[in-house]
Amino acid sequence: MSALDTAKVSVSYAECSARERIARLVDAESFHEWLPPAERVTSPHLAQLGVPSAFDDGVAIGRATLAGRPVFIAAQEGEFMGGGVGEVHGAKLVGLLRRALRDRPDAVLLLAESGGVRLHEANAGLIAVSEVMRALLDVRAAGIPVVVLIGGANGCFGGMGIVARCADRVVMSDMGRLAMSGPEVIEASHGVDEFDSRDRALVWRTTGGKHRWLSGDCDVLVEDDVTAFRDAAIAALDASMPVTLARLELEHALLASRLRLLPEHVAGDEAVALWARLGVADASRVAELDVDAVRALRTV
Amino acid sequence: MDWNTLATALFGADHGITQEGDLLRGTVHFDREPLAVIGTTNHAPIGVRLALAQARAVLDTIAQHPGRPMLLLIDTQGQQLRRRDELLGINRAMAHLGMAIDLARRRGHRMLGLVYDQALSGGFITSGLIADACDALPEAEIRVMRIPAMARVTKLPEATLNALSQTNPVFAPGVGNYVAMGGVRALWQGDMPAALREALANAPVDDRRALDGQERGGRRLSASVVQRVLDAA
Repeated sequence: MSALDTAKVSVSYAECSARERIARLVDAESFHEWLPPAERVTSPHLAQLGVPSAFDDGVAIGRATLAGRPVFIAAQEGEFMGGGVGEVHGAKLVGLLRRALRDRPDAVLLLAESGGVRLHEANAGLIAVSEVMRALLDVRAAGIPVVVLIGGANGCFGGMGIVARCADRVVMSDMGRLAMSGPEVIEASHGVDEFDSRDRALVWRTTGGKHRWLSGDCDVLVEDDVTAFRDAAIAALDASMPVTLARLELEHALLASRLRLLPEHVAGDEAVALWARLGVADASRVAELDVDAVRALRTV
Repeated sequence: MDWNTLATALFGADHGITQEGDLLRGTVHFDREPLAVIGTTNHAPIGVRLALAQARAVLDTIAQHPGRPMLLLIDTQGQQLRRRDELLGINRAMAHLGMAIDLARRRGHRMLGLVYDQALSGGFITSGLIADACDALPEAEIRVMRIPAMARVTKLPEATLNALSQTNPVFAPGVGNYVAMGGVRALWQGDMPAALREALANAPVDDRRALDGQERGGRRLSASVVQRVLDAA
């Protein structure tokens, strides 16, 4: 290897394709893909809508090693239909999770980038996402950690936003977004006063990595850098946290107290108000702080 | 169907289920066995507060009545479309509700969903769709999104989508399509108590929706793709 190859050049996770993310995240040359594009497992539903299909239906799945340990990995391709989950896409994820239950890798990594259910095959996508949830929770219950990594330009929304919060651990970059409904959908439904989807700062204060870190909705906040995601994935290899009644009671208390913390009407920005009430120092400066500085501010 | 009409048909006029806002909650006796009922009404939008209220009811039942079956009565317009709910982590609150239902199943509670009026996307995925099985009344309405909104998001003409919705089960709203795809196990027709009795006795505890979808012809690829992943070299 030349000095150039080994030099620590930062590569943006957000700008990588799904397969580039996998290649750079796991050990070099260790990824073995199942149902690769050559097998042409495509959506049976898109053609009749006149929409092009993809030979992998927008998700790559397979096995690899991470720091020498066996893992299963999936990466959604945001460039194809926004990472939307259709019948085949969802079934590939379910297959990967069922196989993890059988073969017991050290972890399952899910590189999520998705708008949620693919509306072009809406019903099948909705059922598929719920099948992913159940399969994921089976894997989690078996003591195999499921780690969701979020840093793609399309964020992680809809059903996949729920799936992410079912995992053992969530890793996000400050570029990443995690939520339920996209700002455009909320704006279309309740008007621009409710949510101005073109106000990028507002969108990130509401759904972005820094907010999710400060509110405890992600477990790790990293820079938009594939090496940082890799390091966080390695650190998560032993992060199994089976769902128990005691753990769900803690989760319930956290969510209920957060709901009480934010009144229906606050003066000024709601995100800043919430952070301040969570005890975050410098709440009004969060947007301008770098990732390291924000990491130090978390109170939950 | 109105929830009270349904509850009366199932459990008699003294069913004991109460409505508080959009939340339904109660304990009934069915075939002399206690059954917890948890649900929503008024086509409720599921925001953080209502997701937590339902999760509370599920967690209380797990803690206080181990093994007691639960019936989830579903009538929702989907997730609450508000910025405040997004800020407060609505996806996390819904995941919490889903995980509570999933945990109950793992601890031996029979978990049944019943769409008795309307079910849309986010409000459905962490209730009926994560129960052991989800049934529906024939007149129920199940969909992901209304067609005008779908046309906006997909940038496909409304006329095209309307035409497809007449013929394509994968795309079209309708409870029959959900049965064909395996998402809904069965429709309750006629004798309501008999239908509930059958569901409590026969609903599977494993997730066989992809197989049902294949057998019923509404979702032909899912089960085989899962199997191909399991068999891949």
